[in-house]
Amino acid sequence: MGLAKRIIPCLDVDRGRVVKGVRFVEIRDAGDPVEIARRYDDQGADELTFLDITASSDDRETMIHVVEQVASQVFIPLTVGGGIRTLADVRRLLNAGADKVSINTAAIANPDFVREAAERFGNQCIVVAIDAKSVTPPRPVGEGSGVRAEPPRWEIFTHGGRRPTGIDAVEWARRMAACGAGEILLTSMDRDGTKCGFDLELTRAISEAVNIPVIASGGVGTLDHLADGILLGKADAVLAASIFHFAEYTIEQAKRHMRARGIEVRL
Amino acid sequence: MSSIAIIDYGMGNLRSVAKALEYVAPRARVLVTQDRRDILHADRVVFPGQGSIRDCMRELVHWGLLDVVREAALGKPFLGLCLGPQALLEFSEENGGTQCLSLLPGRVVWFGELRDPVTNERLKVPHMGWNQVRQLRDHRLWRGIPQDSRFYFVHSYYPQPADESLVAGRTWYGFDFASAIARDNIFAVQFHPEKSAQAGLRLLANFADWNP
Repeated sequence: MGLAKRIIPCLDVDRGRVVKGVRFVEIRDAGDPVEIARRYDDQGADELTFLDITASSDDRETMIHVVEQVASQVFIPLTVGGGIRTLADVRRLLNAGADKVSINTAAIANPDFVREAAERFGNQCIVVAIDAKSVTPPRPVGEGSGVRAEPPRWEIFTHGGRRPTGIDAVEWARRMAACGAGEILLTSMDRDGTKCGFDLELTRAISEAVNIPVIASGGVGTLDHLADGILLGKADAVLAASIFHFAEYTIEQAKRHMRARGIEVRL
Repeated sequence: MSSIAIIDYGMGNLRSVAKALEYVAPRARVLVTQDRRDILHADRVVFPGQGSIRDCMRELVHWGLLDVVREAALGKPFLGLCLGPQALLEFSEENGGTQCLSLLPGRVVWFGELRDPVTNERLKVPHMGWNQVRQLRDHRLWRGIPQDSRFYFVHSYYPQPADESLVAGRTWYGFDFASAIARDNIFAVQFHPEKSAQAGLRLLANFADWNP
């Protein structure tokens, strides 16, 4: 009995349509965000995350309508991220029905933005997204076990993992928590899209560094990866996209697997 | 036609509360309002709340709604959500100490540094996510909701009513806290029924035709 670990499916939305190759056979219109959100809700998703990947700001208005529609039919927490830069952006999404917003680049450009948003709207609705990549120098070839390895380090990267910022990921997580972030969405840019599992060392380092919940993201390919993120990475929630989109597994299957490995879930 | 007023005093987004009530009670008139007359004339009142308790109390004063909330809480079906149950008590530790509405005896306490007494794992604050609610007594608002159902929580402070008979539900987070309190026409929950899928919708549906 106690708090359940959460499973959060993530949907990439471009101009009001879910992209990233959705292949639900039963769904007429595979790219309809409302239909997919409802489907995940039925399967027992604990929350939903929408990532707005619309390139043009003219089309961003569409996301507001998507959020409005989903929020009037799906009654689980809804997080929206992508291109949120001002307090007005936050307000519009919350008013449309989002429960949380996920802030990424804007926090790096101006950390005070996180503080202001948390003060204005409450910590509970401010998620800080951290995209981190390992910068630990590889151990020189031929060195034996007597040589002490450098402690692992990760840095924040922007622009899909291409642009380094020089900011230490663990320090940044602490700073964002101090600024009033209510939660951290941590993505390993080394693992994202690889399907070879979360960066567990990174996840654990961040989760132990802060006292706010951490959502692990990036690299899920199997149900064991989800369980590992909780048990070994010490994450409070796990986020995945492709294993659910491609209907490889349902959320319920994922939860049953996690439960079998001793994790408390909502079923 | 029955009407439900959701008190809007500038504390957070009430759209999801309204949407969920419209969904479960399509024939009711759901108002998100700060108008005194709307609130006093409504058949049922929802008292939500988000953010900090100091802002919550300050906004109630700012909008001149203190006496309206008191009157509604004394007379008609009244549902407190999230910060709602906290505001009904006497005092909160939040913001260096904040006087609340004193409609029910008790105080609001910070979770602080928590560890699970069994596993010794650190428990994070805010308490965020789906946790179970143990129903401690029969109540109209629990009808049709299985014992120990999970609801969605997000909070760092918890209500500690002074009178055990007020506690309608308890939740475990390293220790048992009062996640639902009730007296007469008041029912107040620390979780968010509007974000708690089927169990939450059922609770809201029960409220929509509760006649204490």
